[in-house]
Amino acid sequence: MPVIASQKCFSLKTGKELEWYHGKVILCPPSRLQSWNEKVFYFQQTYGTAECALGPFMREIGMELSGARILVDCLKREGVEYIFGVNGGAAMPIFDALYDETEVKLIPMRHEQGASHAADGYARVTGKVGVALATSGPGATNLVTGIATAYMDSIPMVAITGQVLTDFIGSDAFQECDVIGVTRPICKHSYLIKSCDEVADVVAEAFHIASTGKPGPVIIDIAKDAQKNETLFQYPETVDIRSYKPQVNGDPAQIAKAAALIKEAKCPMLYAGGGVVLANASEELRELTLKTQIPITVTLMGLGAFPETHPLAMQMPGMHGSCCANYAFTDADLIVAIGARFDDRVTGDLDKFAPNAKKIHIDIDASCIGKNVPVDVPIVGDAKNVLTELNKLVDTADIDPWRNQIQEWKQKYPFEYEQKANKVMPQYVIEQIYEHYSDAIVVADVGQHQMWAAQYFKFTEPRQWLNSGGLGTMGFSLPAAIGAQLGCPDKTVVNINGDGSYIMTIQELVPAITMKLPLKIFIINNMYLGMVRQWQELFHNKRYSAVDYHDNPDFALLAQAFGATGLRVEHPEDVEPALLKAKGINDGPVVIDFIVDEDENVFPMVPAGAGLGDVIRGLS
Amino acid sequence: MSKEKRHIFSVLVENRFGVLARVAGLFSGRGFNIDSLNVAETHDESISQITLVTHGDAQIIEQIYQHLNRLIDVIEVTDLSTGTHVERELVLIKVATDDPQKRTEILQVAEVFRGRVIDMKPASLVLEITGDEGKLKAAIDIFSTYGVIELARTGKIAMMRGATK
Ligand SMILES: Cc1ncc(C[n+]2csc(CCOP(=O)(O)OP(=O)(O)O)c2C)c(N)n1
Ligand SMILES: [Mg+2]
Repeated sequence: MPVIASQKCFSLKTGKELEWYHGKVILCPPSRLQSWNEKVFYFQQTYGTAECALGPFMREIGMELSGARILVDCLKREGVEYIFGVNGGAAMPIFDALYDETEVKLIPMRHEQGASHAADGYARVTGKVGVALATSGPGATNLVTGIATAYMDSIPMVAITGQVLTDFIGSDAFQECDVIGVTRPICKHSYLIKSCDEVADVVAEAFHIASTGKPGPVIIDIAKDAQKNETLFQYPETVDIRSYKPQVNGDPAQIAKAAALIKEAKCPMLYAGGGVVLANASEELRELTLKTQIPITVTLMGLGAFPETHPLAMQMPGMHGSCCANYAFTDADLIVAIGARFDDRVTGDLDKFAPNAKKIHIDIDASCIGKNVPVDVPIVGDAKNVLTELNKLVDTADIDPWRNQIQEWKQKYPFEYEQKANKVMPQYVIEQIYEHYSDAIVVADVGQHQMWAAQYFKFTEPRQWLNSGGLGTMGFSLPAAIGAQLGCPDKTVVNINGDGSYIMTIQELVPAITMKLPLKIFIINNMYLGMVRQWQELFHNKRYSAVDYHDNPDFALLAQAFGATGLRVEHPEDVEPALLKAKGINDGPVVIDFIVDEDENVFPMVPAGAGLGDVIRGLS
Repeated sequence: MSKEKRHIFSVLVENRFGVLARVAGLFSGRGFNIDSLNVAETHDESISQITLVTHGDAQIIEQIYQHLNRLIDVIEVTDLSTGTHVERELVLIKVATDDPQKRTEILQVAEVFRGRVIDMKPASLVLEITGDEGKLKAAIDIFSTYGVIELARTGKIAMMRGATK
């Protein structure tokens, strides 16, 4: 409880009374006093909130703050709710500044990889910048996988790493690592802070860069002395980086050209990707689709941007995508790509990809356009802005024969599997999860279970589906689910995991339990690195090298040992009751280990390097 | 496949540490070629200019252009090969001049290339020659026949002709 300490306030520099503040100054809570050295005053609501006034006030009285304190205050300015981190020597002043902080909550994770994935998961569900924190050297290198994961999927993130004392930099000091060098190719930008005077400006720039244009992770590596030394705090009101001006509005002439092509096309299709989700452009995408009535395929990264339950939805394209979407690519005469990047997992053999189609490509990142596929109408801009403009120019497309063709493919080649007697089929588990958790946020890991989840769960909302699509990082999902649950406390968060992926970051069960997060952790346990086993079966003469995971522990018992609820399901008839039971457990995570058919493969499948038309359908 | 062509990029960047590493890293990371590279501060000390010579087909060059632009510290990228431009390189050549006869000859040749003698010792001299790539190649070829002891060469610098930037 704050108490009024003084009716008078004096400048620390001149000793003069600052009359202007008279009667407006209150002392902060006693817990703060010790760590802030009894110097900090809170400002009464003169300027709306105390926080806004803190900086100018302290500058006026000449009060200096440590770089670490300034860093934390900057994070507050940016509206940061959570920082995910693991403590260590070179970051201790920052952790100290966070110790009694209530607005920015520190979430201690069990491994820095978990911290970066949790920050990533938080960012994916909220659209805000996720923040991870680690010490120098090994702490920083442990963050790297999470940073690369966020980079590949263009997720806004700020990763803060402690660095050795400035005088020691370059001397191979204890726990020194050139983090800027290591992360250069996997981040949008990076900063090394050697002086506390740089902190405020760098943090403001970092958040601006991470969250605008094509989002991505930004690294702030901050030397320990820069964290400890004190300076005046001034947060920049605005950020203006002369060399960084993302182009958000599309060229009207290009948009008009696109509209004209759409009008002429006889077999057009929309191809939307994760960029639509990042740009919060799902509404506009839906309008475009409904207005034109053009069939649409949404990629693994974009799932939910358009409801998969809609008749125009062709479902996911690509290697394990629907035959309908892949055949449509092959026969289309116009592809409208929106925030999608013609990834090799989508296009298959480029020489056979969409041979008859003109291409319109809308992307915020000019370097993405024309990178893999020649484009007829490039439009650089934010998907939301461009689609808003494009929607004004389009009408219902006169393409009934094409629509009928799409419907025929869709009916003829749905995702399907064979229910083997007495086996828990992985696809059945996903169908049941969808049945009972259709509104949940689903966080998948990497492997067969990820593809089955993408195929059999029908996503209807953006930011409902989270997965590491670009880097394909095993171990992503559990920590990302923690971040997602904190970001969306009122939603149910379902983690669909694989037995191989789960054990890569299983330690993050601990913070989930500590925080009593009601995560539904469903393991599709085929006792194998299933996706790799599938490739070995199909392309390596069934030489099952290093994929047998029968030696894994019993995950239900292990969950109990951690302190969570752990259930094991071995029979098809037990799937539904277990899922229902999990619904009722909300005082912490529940882990269900679904022991599924070991031999099942993901189909359809376009073998790597083949054309989309050469899809192996599986069941015939 | 379109034809490979040589391109000269003028890249204005923030004069900060680490920027060159980002530019070079972009090339090594994406498998683009750097044929020559020159970096120096401009008349505005907060800005450095990188002159970068590379080659590739139209699609590669477009990618290089876009990726350079994507770097946060890059202020402006110009592909000088799209317009008429002037370009220069400078080479320092140390040639052996063990007998006086040879020295006279070398000095005459240097004259042809408008070279300047910037150091002279009994057994060697150092010439400074500027010019475009073709001229420097010709000069180096000739002086090689006299015995080059040492050679140092800048990367190319270039700018557009005319009043515009
Ligand atoms: C960190 C990491 N290592 C290796 C791989 C290669 N890999 C891709 S899928 C996969 C198997 C995943 O096994 P599991 O989590 O059990 O999922 P399943 O395919 O069995 O459903 C592997 C090893 C990867 N994607 N990420
Ligand atoms: Mg598995």
